[in-house]
Formats: sequence, structure tokens, C-alpha cells
Amino acid sequence: MDALHEGKLKRLEELATSIRETVIETLITAGSGHTAGPLGMADIFTALYFHVLNHNPKKPNWPERDRLILSNGHICPVLYVTMAYAGYFPVEELKTLRKINSRLQGHPHRSALPGLETTSGPLGSGLSQAIGVALAARLDKKSYRVYCITSDAEIQEGNYWEAAMFAGKQKHRLSNLTVIVDRNNIQIDGFTEDVMPLEPLAEKFEAFNWHVLEVDGHNMAEFVSAVSEAEAVYEKPTVIIAHTIPGKGVSFMENDYKWHGLPPGKVKHPDEPPPERQGELALKELRTLGKKIKSEHE
Amino acid sequence: MIMLNPEAKLNPKIFDEDIEMKPTRDGYSEGLLAAGEQNPNVVALCADLTESTRVEAFAKKYPERFFEIGVAEQNMATIAAGLGISGKIPFISSYATFSPGRNWEQIRTTIAYNDSNVKIAGHHAGVSVGPDGATHQATEDIAIMRVMPNMKVFVPCDAIEARKAVLAAAGVWGPVYMRFGREKSAVITTEETPFTPGKAEVFWDSSLRSERLKPQAVLIACGNLVYNALLAAKELEKEKIGTIVLNNHTLKPMDEKRIIEMAKKTGAAVTVEEHQITGGLGGAVAEVLSRNHPVPMEFIGLQDTFGESGNPDELMEKYGMGAEDIIKAVKKVIKRK
Repeated sequence: MDALHEGKLKRLEELATSIRETVIETLITAGSGHTAGPLGMADIFTALYFHVLNHNPKKPNWPERDRLILSNGHICPVLYVTMAYAGYFPVEELKTLRKINSRLQGHPHRSALPGLETTSGPLGSGLSQAIGVALAARLDKKSYRVYCITSDAEIQEGNYWEAAMFAGKQKHRLSNLTVIVDRNNIQIDGFTEDVMPLEPLAEKFEAFNWHVLEVDGHNMAEFVSAVSEAEAVYEKPTVIIAHTIPGKGVSFMENDYKWHGLPPGKVKHPDEPPPERQGELALKELRTLGKKIKSEHE
Repeated sequence: MIMLNPEAKLNPKIFDEDIEMKPTRDGYSEGLLAAGEQNPNVVALCADLTESTRVEAFAKKYPERFFEIGVAEQNMATIAAGLGISGKIPFISSYATFSPGRNWEQIRTTIAYNDSNVKIAGHHAGVSVGPDGATHQATEDIAIMRVMPNMKVFVPCDAIEARKAVLAAAGVWGPVYMRFGREKSAVITTEETPFTPGKAEVFWDSSLRSERLKPQAVLIACGNLVYNALLAAKELEKEKIGTIVLNNHTLKPMDEKRIIEMAKKTGAAVTVEEHQITGGLGGAVAEVLSRNHPVPMEFIGLQDTFGESGNPDELMEKYGMGAEDIIKAVKKVIKRK
């Protein structure tokens, strides 16, 4: 993988903003779905699909492609939008998210849409699926890499730790596996550390014999450099704990767990803008980058 | 006169005292090994029960294609799901109470819905597990797997059929559940006995050689209890009560055509299974017949109760799954016509 030079970094940052806007538009049309996670992970998805992954949207079943396993399927709006931008399917199709007869199911379904590597939604089982895919690569002597995105709260699932224990066993040589944990500190019922504390998280993975890296999940250069380091690690899987801001880019959504599972227009709370204005305000803020620039739409 | 169906090519020593006894899990072992020889993409996973689920032979011959998961059935199912969407044909093995018992949701989402090519072997099925008691006696597994879209379900009647079922599972695309018993059971079939997934076989038919003894009920059985059904049919024959015994080894997809045909021919049905009568074979046959050709039915199996410790013969008797119980059920169902 090439280093991320300044010109490309700027282009990717702009792209991530466009992806956030389209996520909001898509959620408004869908009328239900998750907002905070997709906005928080837009930078990482952009970096993966437009810089890190060795893939070909025109050939989604290309055997040598890198695999991206999304474990926390509920953040699929950002997956779908990024895939559409990358050319897997028309951007126009995003309007069908969560509607009947759509390829864009409310939680991703592998058989429905070419380019989806697995079906996910029930939490805690993506990591072990990624391990299975990575083991298949070893058996077939393939050099593709396996990336697995998980949420932080799903680490509360027992299956997750079964998988972490297996992957850390040296015999399995799962250095072809890189896990990215979206450490955004929120879950439906509140903040992770109130609901069921995860800290000390890095130490937990280290104790399970993983190579552990921590990055700012909104700094693409830092993220890409961590991915490169993971590729260089020998005989161990790597986990990149990416610290992100849920709802990133929309001030009234940031770090607010009320936006975990609802789309713009559906959060009724005295601290929030009136529901009928939530979509419009979110888009305005994204288009002006928090009023730093004048939007071309104005 | 013995009315075994000659086309089924059953073991000629079937009613001898010294009939060969072999657990169906041994058939799993042989089938897995053969599948591994035939196809390099076959891999095996086990959750710390390599010896008792008979994965040992495969693990020794193909160590690079065997994955010891430890005591973690959810992880076993989901790692297999990942392998299965990457061109491998994973077989996962544990006791059926744990897999598919404990990891049902993982199987549902990541294997069945995901259409991952995983084969699930549930061992120690039924109360014949014996002394270990009800925690280790799976009596609900057929129901919880049969209900799952995209899943096929095989319940082989003996060790030879078990081997064939494993090879068939390896050869067919998509998720399959297979059920095996711990105890030795009668080897009633031979290598020549037909086994086609989804096709129930007539093992016994009173009308085959004597038109005078019209079959009055069909015994639809699966697993090791096919043998008890045959023993019952033989005894009933002595009392001039004709029957048909159907080996219903595939619980999904059901051989609806054959079941309807036999119900029409006999006018009554008794299902025989080492499983809860709700949701298992009894439920499946009732679903087919109620929609197509309702006839009086009786159900041999566990009647909404857990098993317990004991030796297998005692347990079969106590829970009403012996040949005597089947004979009573046949007489009762005929009276209800």
C-alpha cells in the first residue's frame, strides 16, 4: 500500500464529507436506521475503500481481493454509501435502503448484494467469521488480507472473546487479519463504560496475544500508517482501536447516544433540534464543514 | 413371513440375535474421512470433543485441515461460517445440545441466512446417550434445525447410512444438519441400500409378498428407532396386522410424495423418533398429512419431557420408545380409523 500523500489525503477528506452527507440523505429517505456509528466511521470506510483495500468493484468476486467483514452490521449505511461511491452499484440505489425488494437490507445480507462479504447484525460474531476467512486464505496460500470492523460495545458478547482467544493462538499465524474496533464509547443504552465497562481495552487484547495499535479514527494518515504497520507484524493478528466521535460532523449528534439507533427526524428530546429540522440542519452543517466554508448548495 | 422390501437390500441378518451393532457416530467418522479424501476443501472443526464425536481419524490424517476450537461452540459455528463462504466445506462437531443447541443464533445468521456451505454434526442425540443424563441428551435438535430456512436435515438410521449421509452432505451445496447417536445400534442397512437425500425408503411392506395382509398403518421412523419400528412390524405380522415401515432419513426436505402415498395406502400413521414429538419427525409428518391427506396419527417419541440418567435400554422403555410401545401405538391408530 502506498503512503497517503497530502494531495490524496485532502481528496479523501472531502470524499468522507460527501459520504457523510449521503449517509444523512439515505437515512432520511429510509426513515429508520442508525446514524451515529456511520458518521463516526466515515473516515475509516473512505480510507479503506479508496486507499487500503485491494479490490475491484467491477469484479466483486475476484478471488484475490482483500476481504472486509463488517461485524456490527447496523452501521451498514456507511458501508453501502462508500460501496456506491466506489462503484459497486449506482448511488441512486441508496434510496432503496430498508425498503421492500431492496438489495440494501437493514442489516447487510451477503446473498443480496455483490461485494458484501458476509451477513451481519447480531453482534459479536463477525470476528470469528473473519478468522474463518483468514484461515481459508492460509489453507489456499492466498495473500489477500482480511479486515474486520467491529463496534466497541459488541466486545461485551462472549463469542467475541472466544474468537479473540482463538486468533491469539500462535499456531494459527493470523497475521493476515486486522481488526478495527470503532471505539466510540456509546451503545443503545448509554455510554459503554456505564453499561458494561470495556477498559482497559488495549490491555485485554494484549493479554490475548494480539498486536495492539490505537489511532484517532478521524485522522486518515494515522489510520493508514497503522494498517501498514499491521501488515508488517509477523505471526500475530493486529487490532487497531480507532477512537472515533459518534455522529462526527454534526454537532448535535456528536458523542450523543440518543443518535445510536435513530435517523434524522426521529429523535424527540428537549436537547435536540425539532425533529422536522434535524435532517436539514445536519446536512447544512456537513456541507459547510461546521460553518468553516460556504456551502455550494446555499 | 418376513416382509422386508428386497429393493432396500437390507442386512439379511437384521432379525438375528448377533446382528452387528455400531454407533452412528462411527459412520460419521468414516464418512468424514472419505469426504476429506474426495475433496481437499473439506475441513473439520471440533469443540474439545474430538474423540467422542469421532473427528479423531480426520484430524490425524489431515492435521492442516483440522481446527481444534476449544470449548467454544459459538466460535466453532462462526469460524466455520467464514470458511464456508471462502470455498471450504467445513464440518463442525459437538454434542447436539451444544451445537446446534448453544450456537443456534450463530448458525441461523452466519450459516443458514448467509448460505455458508457448513455441515453441522450433532452428536449424542436422544436419551440413548444414557448415564450422562438430560443435559447431554439432545431431544429438541431436529425441531430447532428443521425450522430454519435454507437448512437440510439428515437423521441416518445406522452407521452405514450415517457414512452415506456425510458424503451426501459434503456433495450438496449449502447448510446441512446431521444427527448421530452415541450408543451402538443395529446395522440394518448394507452398502447397497439406496440413500438419496429427500427420498424416504420403504424398508418393510406387508403387501409385498402376501396380498392377504393389507397394510393398515405406516410406521414412519428416523434414526436408530427405525430398527424398533421393524421389530414392531415383525411382531405385528405374527398377529396378522400388516404395516409399512418407512425410513424417513431426511427430515428436510421431507419426501411429501412418498408420505402421502403411504398414508393413502394404509389410512393411518405412527411416527417413531428419539426426539420430542413436537417439532420433530412427528410434527413434520403431521404438517404434510394435515395439508394433503389427513389420517389418524400416533406419535412415538418424547412426550414433552426431558430424559434422565440410566442405561439406554431402560430409558427407551421408560420413555415409551420400545418395540412394545410402537405395537400399542399401531393398534391404537388402527382402531381410530
